[in-house]
Amino acid sequence: MADRRFEPTRIPGFATVAVLAFVALYLPIFTLVAYAFNGGTSIAVWEGVSLHWFSKAWENEAVKSATLRSLTIASLAAIIATGCATLAALGTTRRRAFKGQTFIYVMINQPLMVPEIVTAVALLILFGMVKQWTGYQGLGYLVLAHSAFCIPFAYLPIRARLEGMDLSLETAAADLYANPWQTFRHVTLPLLAPGILAGAMLAFVISLDDVVITEFVKSGGQDTLPTYMLGQMRRAITPEVNAISTGLLGLTVILLTAFFLLTRKKA
Amino acid sequence: MTATENAIEARNTVKAFGQGTAAVRALDDVSVTIRKGEFFTLLGPSGCGKTTLLRLIAGFETPTSGQIWLDGQDITHLPPNKRPVNTVFQSYALFPHLTVAQNVGFALQMQGKPKAEVAQTAREMLALVKLEHLADRKITQMSGGQQQRVALARALAARPKVLLLDEPLSALDLKLRKEMQVELKRLQLETGITFVFVTHDQEEALTMSDRIGVMSNGKLQQIGSPRDIYTRPVNRFVASFIGETNFLPATLQGAAARLGSGDLVEVAGGEGRAGAVTVTVRPEQVRLVPPGEAGAMAATIRDWVYFGTDTHVHLTLADGAEVVARLQSNPTGEAGLSRGAPAGLRFAPGAAQVLGD
Repeated sequence: MADRRFEPTRIPGFATVAVLAFVALYLPIFTLVAYAFNGGTSIAVWEGVSLHWFSKAWENEAVKSATLRSLTIASLAAIIATGCATLAALGTTRRRAFKGQTFIYVMINQPLMVPEIVTAVALLILFGMVKQWTGYQGLGYLVLAHSAFCIPFAYLPIRARLEGMDLSLETAAADLYANPWQTFRHVTLPLLAPGILAGAMLAFVISLDDVVITEFVKSGGQDTLPTYMLGQMRRAITPEVNAISTGLLGLTVILLTAFFLLTRKKA
Repeated sequence: MTATENAIEARNTVKAFGQGTAAVRALDDVSVTIRKGEFFTLLGPSGCGKTTLLRLIAGFETPTSGQIWLDGQDITHLPPNKRPVNTVFQSYALFPHLTVAQNVGFALQMQGKPKAEVAQTAREMLALVKLEHLADRKITQMSGGQQQRVALARALAARPKVLLLDEPLSALDLKLRKEMQVELKRLQLETGITFVFVTHDQEEALTMSDRIGVMSNGKLQQIGSPRDIYTRPVNRFVASFIGETNFLPATLQGAAARLGSGDLVEVAGGEGRAGAVTVTVRPEQVRLVPPGEAGAMAATIRDWVYFGTDTHVHLTLADGAEVVARLQSNPTGEAGLSRGAPAGLRFAPGAAQVLGD
């Protein structure tokens, strides 16, 4: 035995634990999705298959406006965060290592490390002050907040793509009469595109999913889909929430699948 | 010589990497003139500075001091995209997101040439390297040898004044490499473009070049035709890096040198010098003659190794100095060879050379 490599799969009960872990991960989701198709009004008692709750959610004006708001914020935040992340990734990889580079990485990835609730409270206080000064009450605060915490999620895949890129390609472009802008436009950017797209999708999903910061930053009547659902849960719980969740889950799965397909295909 | 006869001139170029006392001089005061239309090879072991010199000519690096001139103009501080010089990279550095034709047309596209002209030139260049049927392929679908040809076509498409080639054949297998050697020479003659070729392969250098610059430790050791470099090496490094050779300690006596064994041999390159020197002679210039023949050196056969086309005979002179002679193999066996037997040695006329170190 001593000469053999440590094999976790040989530990007694490994299979059982693995199955339990998967059940714990997926059973709640299956239950949620299943009861979205419940014909009755309960999220616990099965009363036959129906698409009733999907159509109910679809016709609910509050759900519609929250969905629209969620998608707007997520799109804007993804675009802004991806733009910033692309520039940050170029700035931290396309040059010789410089003093304080690690510090910059840490700074960029701050949202991954600071507890979200702290950021949420901090934003609530800061934006509260700004609201008083400017009187502006719009969606801008949410877009700004979402953009900020989405940056590291967009940054990481873009940086990974840049670091995997052959630097001699840019040298070759310069050798072939491309000026720095042409080199970026015709070589760096096309090769970076899958990373940028992957970063944008991840940022979009992260923004779409956010509750904590949104709950603190939003003004009255600015519910996103997740905060609307949270509000609903406090009152009567119907399978309508299951239907909305299932829709959100579907969208997320599609986007994340696309993300993995894009990041897997490395040149 | 007027400046315009020269394609490239490096003037006292120094390139140091690192700072202060840790600085390493990759190029140490190198001056070289490469003529227009020439196939010039920079030959040396890895780390000798040959690639650094190439990168200075391409503009990927700027020299710490000294200048690079191109066609009578100082281009030392010109960025690579403004130099009429193109490079074939060791890794080829082909753009994986573009087709073969788009790769080849890249330089002209960047220069803002009309689309029709870009496409036309790309076709011509692909025809030149015999790949016109693969114009719409993706780079990733090409074999190593095909990628090599695409890289060549891409670098030649804009008709550069100088083509730089950074060990372009090193990734190819032997057969393909031999083919490409012939191909490169043909392209150079057909286009008339000045080629600067970097390699560590002496055979490649000898077979393709008009002139060779041998480099070591950031310095140019010798510049000359392949024959010059091979038959008249200036120092021990050049003599031993290119081909195999014998080194014999000797003392100069006028136009001749007395070897340690007491034998007197005619030597070249001893003009204006005196005293102890090293004489070098190539194994194929050493002749085996019957022992005791008038004027022959007395030697003893130690061993021999059969190489197919030729046989290397290891001998010792009277003082124990070792000499290797390369003889053309005899299909029926080397009848006269036996270990410990006496033999006579002669150096072919003009073959013995005094080294400069």
